[in-house]
Amino acid sequence: MNVVVCVKQIPDPAEPGALDPETKTLKRDGKLILDESDSYGVEMALQLVDAAGGGEVTLVSMAPNSEVGGLRTALAMGAAKAVLVSDDALKGTDALGTAKVLAKAIGRAGDADLILTATESSDGYTGVVPEQIAELLGLPSVTFAKSITIDGGSAKVQRQTEAGYDDVEVPLPAVVSVTAGVVEPRYPSFKGIMAAKSKPVDEVTVADLGLDAGQVGWAGAGQQITDVAQAEARQAGTIVEDDGEGFQKIVDFLAELKVI
Amino acid sequence: MALSKIWVFGEAAGGNVSGTTLELLTKARELAGTVEVVTTSGAELAGPAGAHGATKVLNVGGTDGKLVGVPVAAAIAAAVEAGNGPDAILFATSYDGRDVAGRLSAKLDAPVITNVTDLVPAGDGLAGVEPIFGGSTDVTTAFTGDKVKIFLVRPKSFAAEESGGAAAAVEELSVPDTGATGTAVITNRFVEEKTGPSLDDADIVVSGGRGLGEQTGFEMIETLAKQLGAAPGASRAIVDAGWVPYSYQVGQTGKVVKPNVYIAAGISGATQHLVGMKGSKYIIAINKDAEAPIFSVADLGIVGDVHKVLPKLIEALQSR
Repeated sequence: MNVVVCVKQIPDPAEPGALDPETKTLKRDGKLILDESDSYGVEMALQLVDAAGGGEVTLVSMAPNSEVGGLRTALAMGAAKAVLVSDDALKGTDALGTAKVLAKAIGRAGDADLILTATESSDGYTGVVPEQIAELLGLPSVTFAKSITIDGGSAKVQRQTEAGYDDVEVPLPAVVSVTAGVVEPRYPSFKGIMAAKSKPVDEVTVADLGLDAGQVGWAGAGQQITDVAQAEARQAGTIVEDDGEGFQKIVDFLAELKVI
Repeated sequence: MALSKIWVFGEAAGGNVSGTTLELLTKARELAGTVEVVTTSGAELAGPAGAHGATKVLNVGGTDGKLVGVPVAAAIAAAVEAGNGPDAILFATSYDGRDVAGRLSAKLDAPVITNVTDLVPAGDGLAGVEPIFGGSTDVTTAFTGDKVKIFLVRPKSFAAEESGGAAAAVEELSVPDTGATGTAVITNRFVEEKTGPSLDDADIVVSGGRGLGEQTGFEMIETLAKQLGAAPGASRAIVDAGWVPYSYQVGQTGKVVKPNVYIAAGISGATQHLVGMKGSKYIIAINKDAEAPIFSVADLGIVGDVHKVLPKLIEALQSR
């Protein structure tokens, strides 16, 4: 069973984010790391391949500056290889452009039985890329998966809903987006980290994928940022150090608000 | 009016129309001359949709036992391609809303503006406002092409108000053949039993985060919530850690809440979380790190250990 996992390499969320003053998009020129949201899909893919008793996990990613930091983390977890799309022409690419690039890169990764993604990235969080990829590839899809089991030629997926979850059956190949927190991503072992250094990363450009540069980047985005403004700030509150009586301040405030 | 016609994706479950559907309809009638609903719930929506300003309910039938993303997107795309589409389509940032919007975007080769909390006229079109960096900055994005404008709007961005309109007329919107894409089927539905107020409706929300130390720490949140008649909530960190189910999550990926009072205990206030609760009327935060971003939005902040503050608070409320 071969699984392709789409992974994003993002600026470390622990660092404060900043917008490029010229392009008004998120700065991504520093070191990038594996989006934690994607580590769940990588883990799930490794477990599924393991359960199937054969096959491999291939990563697909789009990132500036030939960035492989996040890919190496996922390779160290156990993925076999990666396709990385890196090209200056991709600057300013929106969600739909990203989906076009990833769909082509998935094709390049070889025959996949299953394509996994996160439900959304932690930096752009548009949450529409999984469905866009599925549509571009002409595949069925299930989003917000809590669990996936393979049963012959189909996948049985528990899909999160407002009220609980649905059992969904989908024939393979299919695109499934995986909810964060549903599996425990493994820590890469020392052996895994060493092995990851020599695992193949197939770096390609937009042209290599047969995509027209006009479909991606600023030109392909079909949307533009027209304004960036400070949001209305909340009025500064009262912040006090707990001296053992901090609870009383809360009781008083709740009483003042007439909720107790 | 900025636009001539807007469609709103209408969602309903178990006889209840989603609050966000009504919010979107209210905003849409301010922005366009004609407002219509596209839904899989047909007649169920005719009354409420009409009362909120829609004149038509376009029903996508035959979706029982299917995920709605593929058939609804196909039906809308067919209408748009036949020249019967609207200028803009509004979707809630919900499970199904995102599925339809994503599919539709790829079908029509039209971009989506996501995470919208406000819609503003832009030239002869419409732009979306998206809060970033935990809501400290608002980014306005407009479409550059002439495709149908697809927006994904966050819940509780607008207040729902009735217009006094009569029940909307229900018409069928047919679904073309969706081939392999439409083959996912729902075999079972599970509804989690819940007691007490829901995060959506509660007047008070009490949420816990990693500062609770371990899973058993969440019992304090449950106790306090019960005392206050509040809904318990959680940060993504402890949902990811498996302490509480996903349905508790408040934030970017979880629920957007706007209660009268929000109490954040042991939550540092990552962007992810702030976006989901910043609209609360009053915010009380307890965290031992004085630098935690949660204090930047708090009306009352206690810099202290939740393990010391919460038990005393619970005791004090018990004796009242």
